Amino acid sequence: MKLSGWGRYPVIDSQTQSFASLAELHRCLAVAGDLIVHAMGRSYGDSALHDRVLLSRRFNKILDFEPQTGTVTCEAGVTLADLLEAFLPRGWLLPVIPGTKFISVGGAIASDIHGKNHHREGCFSECLQALDLLLPNGEMKRMSRKENRHLFQATCGGMGLTGIITTAALRLRPIRSACIRETRQRCANLQEVFQLFEANPEPTYSVAWIDCLSSGERLGRSILMLGEHAESGPLRLPPPRSLGIPLELPSFVLNKHSVALFNHLYYHGKPDLVAGRLTPLEDFFFPLDRIGHWNRMYGRRGFTQYQLVLPQESSLAGITEILQRTSASGLGSFLGVLKLFGPANDNLLSFPMRGYTLAIDFKIEKRLFPFLEELDRVVLDHGGRLYLTKDVRMSRETFCQSYPRWEEFAALRERLGLQEKFNSRQSRRLGV
Amino acid sequence: MHVLILGANSDMAQALARKFAQAERAHLTLASRDLELLAKQARDLEIRFQIKARPLYFDATDFPSHAGFYHSLAPKPDLVILAFGYLGDQKRAQEDFGEARRIISINFTGAVSILEIIAQDFEVRGHGGIIGISSVAGERGRQSNYIYGAAKGALSLYLGGLRNRLHPRGVRVLTVLPGFVATKMTEHLDLPEKLLATPAEVAEDVYRAYTRGKEKVYTKGLWKWIMWIIKAIPEKLFKRLKL
Ligand SMILES: Cc1cc2nc3c(=O)[nH]c(=O)nc-3n(C[C@H](O)[C@H](O)[C@H](O)COP(=O)(O)OP(=O)(O)OC[C@H]3O[C@@H](n4cnc5c(N)ncnc54)[C@H](O)[C@@H]3O)c2cc1C
Ligand SMILES: NC(=O)c1ccc[n+]([C@@H]2O[C@H](COP(=O)([O-])OP(=O)(O)OC[C@H]3O[C@@H](n4cnc5c(N)ncnc54)[C@H](OP(=O)(O)O)[C@@H]3O)[C@@H](O)[C@H]2O)c1
Repeated sequence: MKLSGWGRYPVIDSQTQSFASLAELHRCLAVAGDLIVHAMGRSYGDSALHDRVLLSRRFNKILDFEPQTGTVTCEAGVTLADLLEAFLPRGWLLPVIPGTKFISVGGAIASDIHGKNHHREGCFSECLQALDLLLPNGEMKRMSRKENRHLFQATCGGMGLTGIITTAALRLRPIRSACIRETRQRCANLQEVFQLFEANPEPTYSVAWIDCLSSGERLGRSILMLGEHAESGPLRLPPPRSLGIPLELPSFVLNKHSVALFNHLYYHGKPDLVAGRLTPLEDFFFPLDRIGHWNRMYGRRGFTQYQLVLPQESSLAGITEILQRTSASGLGSFLGVLKLFGPANDNLLSFPMRGYTLAIDFKIEKRLFPFLEELDRVVLDHGGRLYLTKDVRMSRETFCQSYPRWEEFAALRERLGLQEKFNSRQSRRLGV
Repeated sequence: MHVLILGANSDMAQALARKFAQAERAHLTLASRDLELLAKQARDLEIRFQIKARPLYFDATDFPSHAGFYHSLAPKPDLVILAFGYLGDQKRAQEDFGEARRIISINFTGAVSILEIIAQDFEVRGHGGIIGISSVAGERGRQSNYIYGAAKGALSLYLGGLRNRLHPRGVRVLTVLPGFVATKMTEHLDLPEKLLATPAEVAEDVYRAYTRGKEKVYTKGLWKWIMWIIKAIPEKLFKRLKL
């Protein structure tokens, strides 16, 4: 069937097969040829795409929950939405939450995702107690930070290339309210938002929306959002109402002017400062989930998200240059997100490192890829890298230069015969 | 509330189980053939919704077992969801009567066999509800799946008759007419995204129709209009179409 990632580019013809049990999974694996797992398809690019994919969405059962410790054991196709629905009313929350709840536990592990609290809590792998991985020879391996540690570190952030994650044990954290106490602050430019990030290491959650099109004095003007769990309040809230984008909008909706207008409205529509407002948790974490398939807004040709991270020392210079080039290019983006990460972990391919991350959406068009090559240069020159789960086009050279442990990863793949069984469009392009 | 789900391993049935567990805090009896999957699903539902769910073996085509199966249930259900079904292979069914018979006995005969037993009980008790999952395929005979379509068409007629019979006793029967649903049944088909519902969407539609006391529900709702058009095409013209 036709398959694509969240960016709706590329769309490929893929042979798909789903599984609901380990027995079915073993049968799928026994068929000759290589494959990759496709879960909720919220990765933007081609990490979950291949000629043959296994769909994990029916492998989605919660297997166990220990109410004393908040440890949940589940199959990899369980979504974060499932976990929120089941455990939030009981006062348990995932310690790491991305910008959408419609991703699977397997996807969260494979991308070693980060949330708005990365500076405090690190990546998803931090809350992972253990996982089971199915290897090409049909062997099931249990791993954790203590057991089979190297394979664990390769699997967290390993983009599905080390085997099939079947089950995971996650440690939830207790919370007292389903609300976040939110503070918003306007920042006139990049320097100001950096200062505010650095002056605010304490709040659990921090992230900024950044206007990627303004230039000069106002380059990098943003709204910084800080959040803290409310101390008390209801744990059960009415579900947020959803709006839908039924059809693909024609791409003219996203031309330079409408994007500039959007950014302008968004920015000026907010008061200077909102202090300590109570926001329902889901609105705080998943503002975009309310607009069903918002990825269709970018039209038929699709879009990509360019997410980079730069070491803290070079962040100001590097991100200034990226923003200057982006606004000059007129390739416009709907949405820019900026965050200060905490330190890197020791997984082989995890993305975060101490420094600033910036994510910008780009509609796919002819001029885009040559332009992004230019941005890659800037990222590399400043010692940064791109997030694999958003990537659809990075070159092998860029990857090898920016992920210093790629050789170790490739060697492990070779040693365990993983290269014959698990490949994605992305792994082929990157040559791992 | 106690809900009995027949064919509980169906992807739509699983979504319905979640919906009823969540919205009605219903206790569930999950009946189907693959007990291992059922047990896993039951445990999952118990953890998620803090309700009771139990797996039970049921084969729609093992007609003689049906009375014993139903009579062993305690307590008796307040609602029965009939979800089992078999799409089969039209081409094969044309050449091999075994396949045609399988399609008919799972989708139609099996449903009649078990629902008659249940209807008897509901009629006596003057209590209960039945949700039967049929298909838009049963609304018009088409060359690409008329054996399945005929079985589903028969099921729809049957459910209509049952509704008529049970109405005076206050027993409700809801006929569900799904269009295309993304389940394991249709996984091998390339279906148009805009007409394709997820099992969770189906569960929402069915639950809404159930709480509103509807007789019949198309899901997605758009199918009501599509089928209205398809049914309006004169047979003289229809027979020439490649559908
Ligand atoms: C609106 C939006 C906001 C987002 N916000 C954030 C954010 O804040 N932080 C962040 O880090 N990411 C974010 N993401 C990215 C997203 O969290 C990741 O791409 C995630 O991996 C998607 O999970 P998925 O279940 O959709 O997996 P897919 O996209 O289907 O797959 C992603 C990768 O995981 C692998 N995989 C999935 N399941 C398994 C398995 N069982 N075994 C082995 N490999 C597997 C796939 O092979 C593939 O390589 C966001 C995405 C969207 C659309
Ligand atoms: N998917 C669609 O597009 C679509 C469209 C219109 C109508 N429908 C109908 O909607 C219903 C649900 O469909 P679905 O797509 O959710 O189905 P599905 O996921 O393919 O599941 C069908 C289930 O039926 C059960 N079953 C088959 N034969 C059985 C038997 N002899 N006894 C007991 N159980 C049996 C199987 O259970 P075990 O695994 O336990 O064997 C199987 O899990 C079906 O009646 C189908 O015909 C489907």
